[in-house]
Amino acid sequence: MKNPLTVTTLSNGLKVFLKEIHTAPIISSWMWYRVGSRDEVQGRTGISHWVEHMQFKGTPQFPANVLDKAISREGGTWNAMTYLDWTAYYETMPAAKIDLALRLEADRMVNSQFDEKEVASERTVIISEREGNENEPLFQLGEAVQQAAFRIHPYHHEIIGDMADLHAMTRDDLYSHYRAFYIPNNAVMAVAGDFDTPSMLARIRELFEPIPAGPPPVRVARPEGEQRGEIRLSVEGPGSTTYLQVCYRVPAASHPDFFPLIVLDSLLAGPSNFNMFSGGISNKTSRLYRALVDKEYAVSVYGGAHATVDPFLYSIVLTVHPKRKAEEALAALDREIERLRREKVTKAEIARAIKQARALFAYGSENITNQAFWMGYSEMFADYGWFESYLERLAAVTVKDVQRVANEYFKPQRRVVGTYVPLNGGQA
Amino acid sequence: MTSKKVHTALPGPNDIYREVLPNGITVLTRANFNSPSVVISGYFDAGALFDPDEKLGLADFVASALMRGTKKHTFDEMYNILESAGASLGFSAGVHKSGFNGRALAEDLSLLLGLLAEALTQPAFPKAEMEKLRAQLLTGLAISAEDTSEMASETFDKILYRDHPYSRPEEGTPETVKRITRDDLVKFHGECYGPRGMVIAVVGAVEAEEAVRQVKRALGGWQVRGQKEPPALPDVKPLRKTISKHHRMPGKSQSDIVIGTNGPKRRDAEYMAASLGNNILGQFGMMGRIGDAVRERAGLAYYAYSSLYAGIGPGSWEVSAGVNPSNVTRATRLIVDELKRFVQEGVTEDELADSKANFIGRLPLSLESNGGVAGALLNIERYGLGMDYYLRYADLVNAVTREEVLSAARKFIDPQRLAIAVAGP
Repeated sequence: MKNPLTVTTLSNGLKVFLKEIHTAPIISSWMWYRVGSRDEVQGRTGISHWVEHMQFKGTPQFPANVLDKAISREGGTWNAMTYLDWTAYYETMPAAKIDLALRLEADRMVNSQFDEKEVASERTVIISEREGNENEPLFQLGEAVQQAAFRIHPYHHEIIGDMADLHAMTRDDLYSHYRAFYIPNNAVMAVAGDFDTPSMLARIRELFEPIPAGPPPVRVARPEGEQRGEIRLSVEGPGSTTYLQVCYRVPAASHPDFFPLIVLDSLLAGPSNFNMFSGGISNKTSRLYRALVDKEYAVSVYGGAHATVDPFLYSIVLTVHPKRKAEEALAALDREIERLRREKVTKAEIARAIKQARALFAYGSENITNQAFWMGYSEMFADYGWFESYLERLAAVTVKDVQRVANEYFKPQRRVVGTYVPLNGGQA
Repeated sequence: MTSKKVHTALPGPNDIYREVLPNGITVLTRANFNSPSVVISGYFDAGALFDPDEKLGLADFVASALMRGTKKHTFDEMYNILESAGASLGFSAGVHKSGFNGRALAEDLSLLLGLLAEALTQPAFPKAEMEKLRAQLLTGLAISAEDTSEMASETFDKILYRDHPYSRPEEGTPETVKRITRDDLVKFHGECYGPRGMVIAVVGAVEAEEAVRQVKRALGGWQVRGQKEPPALPDVKPLRKTISKHHRMPGKSQSDIVIGTNGPKRRDAEYMAASLGNNILGQFGMMGRIGDAVRERAGLAYYAYSSLYAGIGPGSWEVSAGVNPSNVTRATRLIVDELKRFVQEGVTEDELADSKANFIGRLPLSLESNGGVAGALLNIERYGLGMDYYLRYADLVNAVTREEVLSAARKFIDPQRLAIAVAGP
């Protein structure tokens, strides 16, 4: 179903996407900033995520506990998320109440206070968030693998940041990060739902155009060099279950090879679901499930690509079968990867991947929040055309493309293999 | 629905279609052509209440086994049909009911219903697949045993429900899951599965009559003689004093806490008042009063919130938080203090007005996706709320008074008689 789309850039550089959808009396408004853990150096890791938390701590106009109550009172839902490349804020509200969200986002683009006391209390909240993550074996393993895969590029560290930096960063560090990146010319606004485009655009101009543009943010320019051999590591911790994570360095989302990679992912591990507000499907007939889980090397397997600005990782995670050793599961995985590199995939497999993608798109279009999400999200690592042409570009992928991509990226020299070794029994 | 603008789009008697098939299956449907997709969701009386004590996890094992092969298709064949269409279908067991959720492109609804019917009526429980499944279930239990929030929650249920069936883990324990045989699975399916009491909702890009026709074709012929009645549920004995238990989990960075008490049943008169009260206590804004005390003011936790679980039987009213192990005592005290304040002072007029506005305002949002609507239709059916429930919802919410919230709080929460569970180092 085609809905009218308007794209414009305000005089201060804020890019605005508006999509009218009149299926429910709901509007979802998103503000995306091009700032994430990719913009952090050692000593400041986790700063983007912490700034995101501080954006809920109030402005003179909307003090801390007024803000969240105001949104809830109107029956809205709101949240924010920090990723490698971006930070996003959204409010989904009954259509008649959306003005509150627009005013709030305009206000906190410039007027957040970063009060010392709030910084202190949020420091312990985020440390607690990190401690919660540390309870999870897969967080521990993922962090170690990511660190090994990137020595130079800031994709090196987890988005939440290193504990040392969470203890050391100051209010002024946070505030300067905020001022440097939260400017209209570093943001994309995306609104979808039950509104009239001219009046919505007029209101957005009124609220956002007075905010001055800032100097373009300085980016960390530390591209990762070539990897010169397979990296293996292990992490020990509580538990009785062994996990294996295997990550291959793959290209950025805007690279032409990303689409063959999506097809490859679909048949190797089941389709990745890029929708944020709609679940995916099972992967029990993917090649890896058949080879690893059916054959009892693992009790589960997941794989997935990430849409990122710079080259990142294709990640496969196995929960190793209790009667197997990690090396046996890895050997079984390697046989499948080798098969993918050696043998051509079939046209039918590609057609299947496309049908799966089409279904996931249909599920994602059931809700307005997800539709607004896509407009800004795709802009963060490519452009909205990336999303609009997604199915077409998948359909254009050939058998040869898939094999070439498998050969180019899925080789041992481009990967990190991490094992979580459980200390309370289990075989490793 | 003819109008393109569906602005008063709350489900109601004019657009929910309900039909009871001759074999007892209730079908609920509502069309939504906004996206070319469709959802099926439903439940039936084959929950964990049927589990013998020595074979806990049986209902869950059976539900998980349904898709592992039928008389017509192997496990791999079934999922190949499903996944090739980009569709999904899964079964799970609850305490009272087991259920299923599936979705597909609307063009594949008959495929989805076909697999549903096959899995429900002709599962083969192939021996080799059952052993694979058992290993997966056991690994799942081993992973849960290392999860502080799972363990806090399980410990809490044991304190609160003691010898009541609700104290039993639905997934069983390693010992009981190892004991379950293929014969047990076959027998459980034969005795407890059947069309009587089954409800299925179909929501999405398909006309109501067509949806019913397709459900009839798939499941209308299913007959089971002697389908077992669910066992009666005993009463819950309230706690006489506060009981605390600490489940030790060395090596963890964070402890999880669950503090709470019994709550209302979904059909109890106090449900709506308790639900609004719970919103004020630990949901509204940034996790309500609990979030304000534990996260915003004390900075002790990333999450600290309250939940009201109200179902067929006596529910629970719980506060959960994840904190550094050294802050467990302090966080517990803050939470208990909030519970005391809640039952002593009740809520303010402003707080209540805010939560009412929140409940009413967020309703369209929860009913936006096909899955959300399917859930709403099943909710109406399971608790006999009436087809016009969502149309009357605003009035039901607005009718609740401060006094009712206070008396619901006092009826269920006694700060001297709490279950306090901690899992962590």
